[in-house]
Amino acid sequence: MIDLYLPLIWAGIIGFGVIMYVLMDGFDLGLGILYPFAPDDEARDVMMNSVAPVWDGNETWLVLGGAGLLGAFPLVYSVFLPALYIGVFLMLAGLIFRGISFEFRFKSSKNRHWWNRAFCWGSAVATFAQGAVVGAYIQGFAVEDFVYVGSAFDWLTPFTVLTGLGLMAGYALLGATWLILKSEDYVQAWAYRITPKLLLAVLIVFAIVSLWTPLVSLPVRERWLNQIHLIWILPILAFVCAGMLYRSVKRQQEKLPFVMALGLFIFTYLGLIASKWPVIVPPDYTIWDASSAPESQLFLLIGVVFIIPIVLAYTAWTYWVFRGKVKVGEGYH
Amino acid sequence: MELDPLLLSRLQFAFVVSFHAIFPVFTIGLASYIAVLHGLFYKTENPAWDRLALFWTKVFAVVFGMGVVSGIVMSFQFGTNWSNFAQATSNFLGPVLSYEVVTAFFLEAAFLGVLLFGRHKVPEGVHLFAAIMVAIGTFISSFWILSANSWMQTPAGFEVIDGRFHITSWMEAIFNPSFWYRFSHMGMASFLTGGFVVAGVSAWFLLRQRDVEANKKALSMCLWLLLFLAPAQAVVGDFHGLNTLEHQPTKVAAMEGNWETQSNVPLLLFAIPDQDAQTNHFEIGIPSLASLILTHHTDGVVPGISEAAPDEQPPVAIVFWSFRIMVGLGFAMIGVAIAGLILRRRDRFYQSPMFLKVLVGMIVSPFVAVLAGWIVTESGRAPWLVYGVMSHAEGVTPSLTGAMALFTLIGYIAVYSVVFCVGVYYLTRVVRNGMLEDPEETQGEVERPKRPFSAVHTPFDDDDSDMQGARS
Ligand code: HDD
Ligand code: HEM
Ligand code: HEM
Repeated sequence: MIDLYLPLIWAGIIGFGVIMYVLMDGFDLGLGILYPFAPDDEARDVMMNSVAPVWDGNETWLVLGGAGLLGAFPLVYSVFLPALYIGVFLMLAGLIFRGISFEFRFKSSKNRHWWNRAFCWGSAVATFAQGAVVGAYIQGFAVEDFVYVGSAFDWLTPFTVLTGLGLMAGYALLGATWLILKSEDYVQAWAYRITPKLLLAVLIVFAIVSLWTPLVSLPVRERWLNQIHLIWILPILAFVCAGMLYRSVKRQQEKLPFVMALGLFIFTYLGLIASKWPVIVPPDYTIWDASSAPESQLFLLIGVVFIIPIVLAYTAWTYWVFRGKVKVGEGYH
Repeated sequence: MELDPLLLSRLQFAFVVSFHAIFPVFTIGLASYIAVLHGLFYKTENPAWDRLALFWTKVFAVVFGMGVVSGIVMSFQFGTNWSNFAQATSNFLGPVLSYEVVTAFFLEAAFLGVLLFGRHKVPEGVHLFAAIMVAIGTFISSFWILSANSWMQTPAGFEVIDGRFHITSWMEAIFNPSFWYRFSHMGMASFLTGGFVVAGVSAWFLLRQRDVEANKKALSMCLWLLLFLAPAQAVVGDFHGLNTLEHQPTKVAAMEGNWETQSNVPLLLFAIPDQDAQTNHFEIGIPSLASLILTHHTDGVVPGISEAAPDEQPPVAIVFWSFRIMVGLGFAMIGVAIAGLILRRRDRFYQSPMFLKVLVGMIVSPFVAVLAGWIVTESGRAPWLVYGVMSHAEGVTPSLTGAMALFTLIGYIAVYSVVFCVGVYYLTRVVRNGMLEDPEETQGEVERPKRPFSAVHTPFDDDDSDMQGARS
């Protein structure tokens, strides 16, 4: 009994952790991707200041994702990481450079352009690698007897390149709508201008991926096409979000674009899960195959159900403390 | 030459974890020190404590930040290079590392923000509370990670089913036989690190007659702490060694350079271990002393390295010499602490340039001792990953090729070199600027939390005045 339900509960917790990471680190990575296109250096200050207080906490969700997978679904950890070996390295290197440039950009004047570059490239590389992970997940992995047996670049295919670029567009969209919320004046006007373009890019990638996925993955094709069921509501909701996002930008609303961008991500993410469920290491292994021992999942669950709400409370508190607009020329430094 | 993914993975793991370890070992000690400084200021209202707290918080911010970026890498290493090991031990390591994230990392992250940036945003008491919570967070973190490591050294509370470890008793597994020794030895190592760095930097300021009042206080405090800690560390280390003798006799044999099981084993001061010939060259030692230390009898029998087959022996020379470096530095630390006590008469401890220079030099010693200690511990357990149960070769990722491992090894070395150079360069600038007035106040800047480095407002690459404009 408990063996049946624990993996389900854990799938929920890990799923929650992953989307938390994607949404929260997504908008700050997205600002990095938009960096070179910003109107001027002052706008860049605003962009960085708008995420400065929170990016570090955002990234802790990634660490939780890593450790949580090891604790609850070790098969995912021990297949994905070897399979994505080079990609993981690139992602970590990107995150490191981006992390330190965050810190040192403001302290440099002569060398500032280097830190601008490190921030942009770090964010872009890390995002591309994460997007490629999504593509590789849809493709599936060569696993025999619970061990990855593929080679170093199986994860790098035209399909994963597309998902990598798609996620870059997606995070940039999140970043732009976040900037609408947090900035004003010409910076905000710029964000309003680029948002529809980014939305268009996201929708194009979304369409190509949707047409392509059934070709690279048979089970996905069967899931979506064999019978029409409830899951079709997810892409529909995603499109509704996209439409609302467009309309709210046209009407110059400030909060709604960001909320709708979040919605677009959430429904796409749920659609992705629905394509695979309950498989967690495609093509063959389900959440039950991938689980750690029940006593381990239980031991961890007891702590996590108490602690995660407290963590969420901290997080909400920090966002609350730093609510409001970031002004040009104001800010920290 | 054939590239060996196993060897390269070991080198990579040793490199990334050693790099990471440098930062926590300092932040753990420093966090507590900062909490104490805040507490003293809260109680006495003496501004010297406040200035010290502010200054050391700046240093802390940089070091903590480097600990975070290198730590994120660590949490993926088990999967990328040691996937069989990760899969086999996940039932224990997974929950333990996850508990570390939820109990320690989030706690540190949240209260760090308040500590670094909340000075004027929260009441003084809350600020003190934040400092204490950060210090506690670093300890919770080391609790979990050292439990994980100790379990790999002295596994307990488990059974192996189908090649995977299943935990039968969480108490026995978490509080495994070597845990308390390792936890206390490492905790004290962190305090020694914090103590020697603060003492060294204070000495550097005193040599230049800067902020004499505050630095005198800091130095005096540190010397009292070190006087107590340095000898205590040697005692704890001795107990730790006895515990190791019980569970990993081959490691102790390698530390002593003792090849054959025998009585009246000398304590070697110098030797060149020769693994091929299974013997030492150029031995210089004190007769029977090793037997006395390890068994409390001069004629006690001490197990030798040859008890293990040659292919199950650790790299003796590395273990032997690392151990001597650690213990040697440990005694040097005791010596310095005692010298400090003697110089205290007539207040010469802050006036003798000689002593102050020695203290400046000692700044690196705890870092070297810590790395040497870890090398003893980790190389000494070779070829085992989980002692006696799983070897390095069994744990490595099967799909990993030599070329892949070489690529990332070079990659990490390159990335970390940049991070390290930037960080150290920047830290020296923070120290050089010292306890000058706090730019934070003079500029009335908006404060931001959770940004380790940004608590530090020292300009990065130059002092030129257009800085202000550029930073706006
Ligand atoms: C004795 C202490 C100790 C040891 C042996 C280690 N760490 Fe560590 N680690 C810390 C003590 C610490 C810390 C003091 O808690 C840090 C330093 C800076 C920080 O943010 O927390 C940290 C940071 C840190 C972070 C970043 C946390 C964040 O995002 O806030 C991660 C993911 C890890 N560590 C993971 C590891 C792993 C997988 C290790 C072993 C292989 C390891 N650490 C060894
Ligand atoms: C933070 C301080 C630490 C340092 C400086 C350190 C250092 C080292 C070194 C030098 C090696 C290489 C030994 C060899 O291959 O001959 C090693 C191996 C290893 N250590 Fe640690 N270690 C530390 C903490 C930990 C912790 C906390 C864990 C686990 C929770 C751990 C897990 C391992 C593993 C899995 C290996 C085997 C891989 C290898 O041989 O390189 N280490 N460590
Ligand atoms: C002065 C006498 C000292 C003695 C007798 C001593 C003894 C030991 C022993 C026997 C070990 C190996 C334990 C094992 O692997 O089973 C060890 C490890 C270690 N030592 Fe020391 N030590 C001394 C001083 C120091 C000092 C001064 C530092 C640092 C400031 C230090 C830091 C470490 C660290 C970090 C480890 C590895 C972690 C661990 O296994 O606890 N030691 N020590």
